[in-house]
Amino acid sequence: MSKEDLDIQATGRLIGIARKWYDQMLEGQIPSIALPTRTKQNIEYDDTSEVWKYGDRESIRSAGTAKSALHLLKMAYVIWFLRKQIGENRSSTLRELYYISEGWKKAKFQAQDESNFLIEDLEILTDMQREAFHLRPEEDGATIFGPLKLREMTRRGEKDIHCQDDVGEAGYQIPTNVETVELLEHDAKFVIAIETGGMYARLIENGFDGDHQAILIHLKGQPARSTRRFLNRINTQFNLPVVVFTDGDPWSYRIYASVAYGAIKSAHISELLATPKARFIGVQPSDIRDYHLPSDHLNDKDIGALRSELTDPRFASDYWKEQIELQLKLNLKSEQQAFAAKGLDFVTKEYLPARLSDMGII
Amino acid sequence: MSLAEDLAKQQRSISVAEFFERNKHLLGFDSPTRGIITTIKEAVDNALDACEEAMELPDIFLSVSRQDREIYRIVIEDNGPGIIPDQIPFIFGKLLYGSRFHQIRQSRGQQGIGISAAVLYAQLTAGVPTIIVSRTGPEHPAHEFAIQINIDTNEPEVLSRREIEWDRTHGTRIQIEFKSTLAAKKRLIEYLRYTSVVNPHARIRLEIDGEVSMFDRVSDEVIACPRAIKPHPHGIEVGQIRRMLQAAPGTLESFLIGSFSKIGKKTAEEICRIAKLSCTADAPSLSANEQKRLIEAMQMVKVPPPPITQCLSPIGEDLIIRGLEKEFQMDFVKARTRPGSVFSGHPFIIEAAIGYGGKLPADGNAQILRFANRVPLMYQQGACAITSAISAMNWKNYAVAQAGLPTGPLLILVHVASTSVPFTSESKDAIASIPEIEREITLGLQDLARDLKVFLSRRDRNRLQEDRARAVCAILPELAEKVAEIVELPTPDISSIEGRIMHKLIVRKTVSEGMVRIEIKNYTSGQASLSLYTITRDSENNADPPPDFLTKMDEDFTRVWQVVVDPGKVWTTTYSGSAHGTVEIRGIDPRNVVMVDRDE
Repeated sequence: MSKEDLDIQATGRLIGIARKWYDQMLEGQIPSIALPTRTKQNIEYDDTSEVWKYGDRESIRSAGTAKSALHLLKMAYVIWFLRKQIGENRSSTLRELYYISEGWKKAKFQAQDESNFLIEDLEILTDMQREAFHLRPEEDGATIFGPLKLREMTRRGEKDIHCQDDVGEAGYQIPTNVETVELLEHDAKFVIAIETGGMYARLIENGFDGDHQAILIHLKGQPARSTRRFLNRINTQFNLPVVVFTDGDPWSYRIYASVAYGAIKSAHISELLATPKARFIGVQPSDIRDYHLPSDHLNDKDIGALRSELTDPRFASDYWKEQIELQLKLNLKSEQQAFAAKGLDFVTKEYLPARLSDMGII
Repeated sequence: MSLAEDLAKQQRSISVAEFFERNKHLLGFDSPTRGIITTIKEAVDNALDACEEAMELPDIFLSVSRQDREIYRIVIEDNGPGIIPDQIPFIFGKLLYGSRFHQIRQSRGQQGIGISAAVLYAQLTAGVPTIIVSRTGPEHPAHEFAIQINIDTNEPEVLSRREIEWDRTHGTRIQIEFKSTLAAKKRLIEYLRYTSVVNPHARIRLEIDGEVSMFDRVSDEVIACPRAIKPHPHGIEVGQIRRMLQAAPGTLESFLIGSFSKIGKKTAEEICRIAKLSCTADAPSLSANEQKRLIEAMQMVKVPPPPITQCLSPIGEDLIIRGLEKEFQMDFVKARTRPGSVFSGHPFIIEAAIGYGGKLPADGNAQILRFANRVPLMYQQGACAITSAISAMNWKNYAVAQAGLPTGPLLILVHVASTSVPFTSESKDAIASIPEIEREITLGLQDLARDLKVFLSRRDRNRLQEDRARAVCAILPELAEKVAEIVELPTPDISSIEGRIMHKLIVRKTVSEGMVRIEIKNYTSGQASLSLYTITRDSENNADPPPDFLTKMDEDFTRVWQVVVDPGKVWTTTYSGSAHGTVEIRGIDPRNVVMVDRDE
């Protein structure tokens, strides 16, 4: 979809919300909106799309109570603002939106959370992503390096970019609104998403992308929406396998889970953001044992996190059960870069090729 | 002459009249201010008692007018049964003369000193005789007397007596003049107001120097006059039984059975056995010692309580509420009539009421309305058992603030009805502290306070709801404006939404294609009954439903619909016409109505 079409669609859907309230008021009805209940209890696993989505539970926000009336008023102000912003082809960050509301008297946001939630409400109501409203996330987009050619609609016009030939050593930076990027072609066998910048740089330096026809994506910790959306698109458009390479600790497993299954906060757009086919490559607890990786002892929080993952439906597989239980038994965790203890080439020459062939990818 | 003889010469009996002349405070004439109230109080008490006995709805006229610098003329007129001429001098011109003193039943006046004391006070301060007019029926002429009291002998002095023309067919008029002031005017009106609360069957009109206060009746029920009962053996005293014995020739057994309530043959025999007296002993000739033994025995036997209902006339919960609502504007009022009870052989009933909110003063102590046998007690509130019972309660338990007495917009009414109200003094201002009475007062008030607490918590909840609704209505107009700005259309009219949120009645008139539609939506919690008026030039009479009333003046048609809308329901009428004209709602508090006339 072209940028103009996207803007028209976003504006139309935003005005649609206001239009509904307007009609309700004309009929003498109290304006209201229906939204899915945003609690853990209302998150369901969708078997067909293999992602976590909101269930059927809806809550009605009607202006009949002061709290909800104020929520609707704030929403009206935000819609009014976004509409203007889209029309003027400007954009702002969530943080900026929060500060802009300072001038909205009653409709002023009390906290950043409040405006974030409200934007998520609008995403649900319009079935669009906040990027379509020209709202930029705070964090930098992730970087990508590998045999991939894409076209980005920039302010200076369309640009075709090859993510090895046309970029610097750091790679191509994914824009905040992935919808402005068109994926053209690739020469890759798989995508490897990497948690830490050190490992990402190591793989580039060692020429892993060239040796194995791999697209490298740096997740930068818990991945931003745009990164997850990008992974989802590469996976679905090119049908390329995606593997996730993180540290060997419970927090990193959650990074994998959010790539593969989505998060509660964004369950309304899980289908767009999650990559259910993504697989975990390592560091596995069994790797810590088998390769005698340098490691630290688990602390109480780590142990608590691992235990809660044992009951998390996203980790309810034999593989994860075995690995987590092993880690609890070992009482150890290791970072990705611990492979350096075996030499700088070990990870690209030994470990990853071995794991990839185990997983049947090469 | 010895000193003893000297002293003996000075000793002489004191006339009752002389005694009271010196002890005016005992009768409530201790100050000029109190004089008017006491006189009116006594006269009104007598008038109400008399009407009650005659099964008549009381119509009482009172007037106070200044004659001279300090002299006031007070006129009290009633429509009671009247007094036969020969009795008039004694009733008004002799202290301690009365018909009710010896009867055991609830009545306002008792001792027969009240009104004659006023006559005495008048002749002492103004030196003017009291003028009495009375008529006993249409077939009898009215008689007018001018009366004074002989202070030495306590005998009436009739200065003049004549037959006159009088427009009342029966009743009594007293005209009395004495030295006084009107400093207590407010209290006088208050007294009559309180009297009217507990005598909702009475109509009282007061004129003070031409200024009229009217206390109307709210009940046309004549109250049943309580019937006298015989004394109850418990609580009988030596003097009383001695008098009764002397007046009862016959055996002791027949005396006991015949002179007391609730004593049968078996109880009489038991009393005689305990007193070690023969059942066949001659009653009048019992010795002082035997009389004493008899009384002791009478207190020891078990006797059922005296018959309460026939000798007492409680006001009743419904009439108390109606009486209070007539004189006070309150948000809450409840009344309780306790079951009858007994102290020292005297039957009594406690009635209580609690009123809250409305126009009652929000600050300060609760307003306490004390009554004894339907007579308001105006003085010595602090010395009264009613007050101490109220103070002893923990009102904070019932969500009412308290500083000794409960405080806030609260009204507390307590009525003690008894055959013998235990007053602290003869001026009958305060009820003595009797545990049985205090207990009943507390029980009655606790019961009411529980209801009040429920009301208060519900009211707070409603108030909270209203506050919330108000908060919503503060936001809605801005929302409407913003939404209109987004969709680029005129700002919608949200008054009906506001009405809905504020739980009001919404009346909406719309016109389309020559049809006028009037819609009444009831968002209140109760049924709405109202009249809808339209004044238009629409001449066609095709309204559906049709108006209940239609009239034409010049070019204008006035149509009236009587409408009843249940909560949450909608009533509609449509007729062909145009947008002009007026729509009006009557018969419902306009604050609860939201009018939406699209064409205005």
